Amino acid sequence: MSLRADLAVIAAHVAPGARVLDVGCGEGELMEVLQREKGCDARGMEIDPEAVERCVARGLSVVQGDADRDLADYPDDAFDCAILSQTLQTAARPDQLLDELLRIGRRAFVSFPNFAYWRMRFSLLAHGRMPVTRHLPVSWYETQNIHHVTVEDFRELLRAKGVTIEQSWFFTGEREIGGTSANWRAEHAVFQLSR
Amino acid sequence: MASAGALDAKSLVLPDPLPLDSGQRLETVRVAYETYGELADDKGNAILVFHALSGDQHVASVHPITGKPGWWDRMVGPGKPIDTRRYHIICANVVGGCMGSTGPASDGPDGKPWAMRFPVITIRDMVRAQVALLDALGIAKLHAVVGGSMGGMLALSLAANFPDRAKRVLAIATTARHSAQNIAFHEVGRQAIMADPNWEGGDYYAHGKGPEKGLAVARMAAHITYLSEAGLTDKFGRRLQDRAAKSFGFDADFQVESYLRHQGIAFSDRFDANAYLYITRAMDYFDLAEEHGGRLADAFAGATARFCLVSFDTDWLYPTAESRHVVHALNAVAAPVSFVELSAPYGHDSFLLDVPALDRVVKGFLE
Repeated sequence: MSLRADLAVIAAHVAPGARVLDVGCGEGELMEVLQREKGCDARGMEIDPEAVERCVARGLSVVQGDADRDLADYPDDAFDCAILSQTLQTAARPDQLLDELLRIGRRAFVSFPNFAYWRMRFSLLAHGRMPVTRHLPVSWYETQNIHHVTVEDFRELLRAKGVTIEQSWFFTGEREIGGTSANWRAEHAVFQLSR
Repeated sequence: MASAGALDAKSLVLPDPLPLDSGQRLETVRVAYETYGELADDKGNAILVFHALSGDQHVASVHPITGKPGWWDRMVGPGKPIDTRRYHIICANVVGGCMGSTGPASDGPDGKPWAMRFPVITIRDMVRAQVALLDALGIAKLHAVVGGSMGGMLALSLAANFPDRAKRVLAIATTARHSAQNIAFHEVGRQAIMADPNWEGGDYYAHGKGPEKGLAVARMAAHITYLSEAGLTDKFGRRLQDRAAKSFGFDADFQVESYLRHQGIAFSDRFDANAYLYITRAMDYFDLAEEHGGRLADAFAGATARFCLVSFDTDWLYPTAESRHVVHALNAVAAPVSFVELSAPYGHDSFLLDVPALDRVVKGFLE
């Protein structure tokens, strides 16, 4: 099974044996790889009960919960690493969610679609309508992505919070690209953060 | 699918007296149990299923009194989620019960029924007795403990008090403590029993006639708490029972009245009223945090098992918040825990009924 590009880069950079919380773990694809290939103690949180059910059936430890509310149930420093993939833009308060990630984990991996990707900009400029793309495939009124964010916006938030960027990776589709002009060129981004 | 074939009705007398949370002890304790499926040579495939308040050891075998299938026949059997072709399933009647394990209807040391002289027991006392049963059967470590409702309390209590006895703990539609509302409903039931003139302070065994009416009322009140409002409306609405118009009297005009009366009578035919008093008392006394210094996380400090909690969105008796409370405590001690709230229309009783998602969770978690 091959992981989505952002998950693959996260899987490659999580320390072996780490205690990991995957927030918004879906059906547990990343957790399974982390457990099997890196000997991690992986836990998950997922809002969709059917996805949780599938995780449990795979032998994964996943709690049904809402990242906006239920991360408060975890103690400080509960994990070496907290992962938030393609979920930041769905949070009620992404800034507070980031605080929670770095409270319960010493380190965090955050991936998100970049709303400043040039195709987005072009689409908005040319058509004057909210872009619908492969990473943001749903119309504005039914999308779960209620807080669109750009690479620059995210960096600014990290600066304001004093969060350290340890590494970052940028992608168009499944292909990794360099960090130059990432705010234009990247369709989605992954950041490795620490307090 | 076929029902599991239970072996002969079994019981054994525990080799040692049973110490109780009250400070008393029961000198002689019989535990009645049923088993299904073969025990592996290494004894590693045993699953202990705990029954709920009104249940018994006949989890997947025909009930000897009612002639009905076991209470979890849909879950336990060959090819079913708790698969008797893979696992050795044990289900024992709780101490304080009335289906063969020592309880208030059993003879006391003087040869007369214990009745209200039976010591008040707790959920932990019930667990102690079943751990003693496991010892007697030579089963050191269970593949899993599974229980719904009171059975879930027993499963959590076993995990907290005997953390090395089970590899997996599956607690469904349950709570770590009885709430004021839970206690209140039970008190209604107990008062209905004790208000029945045939109760006679509990000494009704010699009369041949016990407080059946009181017990039936207790069951009726409790049964309402097991269902959801939407479920009741869906099943009965305001429909009348075998009549075209209201009778302007106090017969069971409505179908829901007739149904509850039937439930009450059927229950009093098979259950001992004093056992109902003792078991509901045990549930009311249950507060797993209180047993462990007031902090629920401390109850699970030594836990090594994997946990799975399941709640139902229409269960207002032990609502989702109660399961979350347990999950929170397990997170605090970094125990591996899964939790899911399933959607089902039947209220608390969902754990006993046709909820395919529950089947998948149970099967998957036991793998």
